Amino acid sequence: MNEKPEKLIDKKGLRLDGRKIDELRPLKLEVGVLPNADGSAYVEHGKNKILVGVFGPREMHPKHLSMADRMVIRCRYHMASFSVPERKSPAPSRREVELGKVIRESLEPSVFNDLYPRTGVDVFIEVLQADGGTRCASITAASLALADAGIPMRDLVVACAAGKVDDQVVLDLMDEEDKLGVADVPVAYMPSLNAITLLQMDGILAPEELEKAVNMAMDGCKKIYAMQKEALKTKYMTVKEVEE
Amino acid sequence: MSSLITRVRKLQIAQTIEKGTRLDGRGLMDTREIKIEQGLIQKAEGSARILLGKTQVVVGVKIQAGEPFPDTPNEGVQTVNAELVPLASPTFEPGPPDENSIELARIVDRGIRESKAIDTAKLCIEPGKKVFVVFIDVYVLNHDGNLIDAAALAAMAALLNTKMPNYEIEEGEVKIKQGYTPLPLKSHPITVTIGKISNTLIVDPMLEEEQVMDARISMAINEEGNICAIQKGGSGYFTPQQIVEASKIAQEKAAELRKKLDW
Repeated sequence: MNEKPEKLIDKKGLRLDGRKIDELRPLKLEVGVLPNADGSAYVEHGKNKILVGVFGPREMHPKHLSMADRMVIRCRYHMASFSVPERKSPAPSRREVELGKVIRESLEPSVFNDLYPRTGVDVFIEVLQADGGTRCASITAASLALADAGIPMRDLVVACAAGKVDDQVVLDLMDEEDKLGVADVPVAYMPSLNAITLLQMDGILAPEELEKAVNMAMDGCKKIYAMQKEALKTKYMTVKEVEE
Repeated sequence: MSSLITRVRKLQIAQTIEKGTRLDGRGLMDTREIKIEQGLIQKAEGSARILLGKTQVVVGVKIQAGEPFPDTPNEGVQTVNAELVPLASPTFEPGPPDENSIELARIVDRGIRESKAIDTAKLCIEPGKKVFVVFIDVYVLNHDGNLIDAAALAAMAALLNTKMPNYEIEEGEVKIKQGYTPLPLKSHPITVTIGKISNTLIVDPMLEEEQVMDARISMAINEEGNICAIQKGGSGYFTPQQIVEASKIAQEKAAELRKKLDW
């Protein structure tokens, strides 16, 4: 990053990639992409490319981690070594461990986990290419994969970030805006229940700006929510040819 | 951090909170008594111990010369590590850091980093080659809930107590000289954690309340009353209104604590 752009938003109010302040990056969602997984989803959000596989509900290994009254969700967030400009060591970093935890906690409120006591479900997230906002795109895809696995859910969880770039609150930060901007606020949301299941922030925001950013992120979430439902329907609407 | 709690106890905690009070007699917005002791570890460049009710955390700060990150060649490095020492709780086990201790370390780190508490520009020795690395190590010695606030406070108290070694450069080598100067600080963030139990918000949850609560949200607040870091945790959710309410509570509690501590 030698040439730092002086301004991330130009005079016309357009961002580095030509988007408006409250515009999402192009989004593509696909459900049922992995033959071996019980549920799976693939998301392309801007340059993010993320694959999620769900296995379970199945017997917990190791057994002592199982819970007598509910299904345990485990979540592994992992970035491929080639997903970022400088090669990332494939060993799990502290950041990945933390993200695995917050993503799991963002999905847990959506799942009827008391229906499958003593079992476990594994959510494996593989970031193939990262471009800012991977945790949000991961949550959006992971929730679809859980639904694809047939796990009873209260609602889909959908996530989107807002933040502050230069001196404006903007929607869906990409990599450059995330790194050079003032603040980043990822939000995960269940629209039908009006429930926020993930909220993080780094940077500096006044309380009013935070409120504005959260509201903007929730609006973004609602748009993605419609696409999520469409993606789920698409899988079951298209009749695949069965190999005899 | 799961240990068993009976259903009766759960119900009791929730019902007391619905009545606007807590099991230990506190109001919903009352923090437990805070005691801070600074400079207890003489061999560390900075240290502090905090007692937040029965929760006890020690933070030691060590400063050593090291390499800067390639993208910030003129800035010192800050690293935070947290140890959930097995003697602090029957549920802590020896071994490599688990996700709870990693999350704790990263929340403390983010509060200090994003508020730009440490003036890292003043920690550069030789641009691109040598800078000071500030190691902030959090040791939890007794776990009775709200480790996040206790650890963040102790870390800040330890930084305020930290002395930088004087140095000179001889043939490219850093030589430590006699005497110290205080660590350059620009801000003093205070982190406030708010728990949600049966749709009611409380501050400074103690251990039993943590076992019952649906979710928590932690906010680091700086001198201007701005928010520098947020982390939601726990497997429940917040409504958008509750987030706004929590941010107001965090502002008030941080201002109150700031006045008390004179930070």
